[in-house]
Amino acid sequence: MGLMNGSNNDEYVRLLGAWPSPFVLRTRIALNLKRVPYEYLEEEDTLNSESVLNYNPVHKQIPILIHGNKPIRESLNIVMYVDETWLSGPPILPSDPFDRAVARFWDVYIDEHCFTSINGVAVAKDEEERKAAIGKLEQCMALLEETFQECSKGRGFFGGDNIGFIDIGFGSMLGPLKVLEQLTGVKFIHSENTPGLFRWADRFYAHEAVKPVMPDIEKLVEFARLKFNTSIFK
Amino acid sequence: MAEEVVLLNFWPSIFGMRTMIALEEKGVKYEYREEDVINNKSLMLLEMNPIHKKIPVLIHNGKPVCESIIQVQYIDEVWSDKNPFLPTDPYQRAQALFWADFIEKKLCVCGRRAWTTKGEELEATNKEFLELLKILQSELGDKPYFGGAKFGFVDIIMIGFYCWFPAYDKFGNFSIESECCKLMAWGKRCMERESVAKSLPDPEKVVGYVLQLK
Repeated sequence: MGLMNGSNNDEYVRLLGAWPSPFVLRTRIALNLKRVPYEYLEEEDTLNSESVLNYNPVHKQIPILIHGNKPIRESLNIVMYVDETWLSGPPILPSDPFDRAVARFWDVYIDEHCFTSINGVAVAKDEEERKAAIGKLEQCMALLEETFQECSKGRGFFGGDNIGFIDIGFGSMLGPLKVLEQLTGVKFIHSENTPGLFRWADRFYAHEAVKPVMPDIEKLVEFARLKFNTSIFK
Repeated sequence: MAEEVVLLNFWPSIFGMRTMIALEEKGVKYEYREEDVINNKSLMLLEMNPIHKKIPVLIHNGKPVCESIIQVQYIDEVWSDKNPFLPTDPYQRAQALFWADFIEKKLCVCGRRAWTTKGEELEATNKEFLELLKILQSELGDKPYFGGAKFGFVDIIMIGFYCWFPAYDKFGNFSIESECCKLMAWGKRCMERESVAKSLPDPEKVVGYVLQLK
């Protein structure tokens, strides 16, 4: 049957990623939290990459974690896999089933609503579309502020004293949010409107598992200007 | 403490079927409440799922769990002593979650488009729908179930589509049986399980429901 935990933690770990991707960032934070040594491989052209096609033929997307020769795909799946495979270090998901369901719910919300709205602002065809997307994003922030207050219960992170599943899911969006703040002039995380998130963001950025891998904001802004139609931005 | 489990649902929902099957597989007694999602959502639904106001909502001892895939995982974790849905090995679990995600983000989204588009766009949607089913069929391979020898997580997430296939056939003007016969065989196999037979409505009723919508 093999080792007690059934998996060979000492098998070689590679991560195929792209530096601007918030989804890749999630997986790097998780690996850092668990102090997993890994080789990071930058994929500049994911659509034409043989490795990406080989390990993720269905979606042709990064991040892809390759543990030994086994590929794990989808950022939140990778975070859960890392949590379940490397048991040293703080747990990323809570142990109580209801708390786990809450954490999973918010990460789904962050991907389906928050990220979609961030994208919506970036790809908006005109001022009206952009304003609508900004409005939706502001609603997301208000909701996440409430969620932060409920989940943190006065402690530093959504996960409590330590970074958890929601922190990783939402924290990875801080870069894109800051880019949008620069390009639109709108403050999404605000010391007055979202005080909890405002202080949480600083704490998240400073965390030892996050700081070394968080992309430089100026570089992200430049990337966004090149990638999106920024004639509608300030 | 006596367990109190309530499910707020709308009978044609593929999502609700997942949760029902999961509860049945674990032998959990629950109260089923039908929601009139089109005209008159109940106060309970609005309170228990204030963000999305959607079914299914699983209420366990007064606490709501929303999103069907999350509900199935929750049920698996709470009633862990019987019929586990997910494998214990982390890599196998990751694969199961990947396919559940594929069904959710690709198949469900495409399926929804099939009811709201016309003409050329509908033709393209139908073509995509069949291609996605073929990808799933290829993943199933020669295994009796997606999880292998045992009925498991991906089967639970996917099987609700089986009672919708005749509706898709009728309005898509194709035959899933002839395009994906292995998948149909898998569906029939799953229907032999009591949990599935109890939780899926009659496909003719689903056709009737769609006719009424169109």
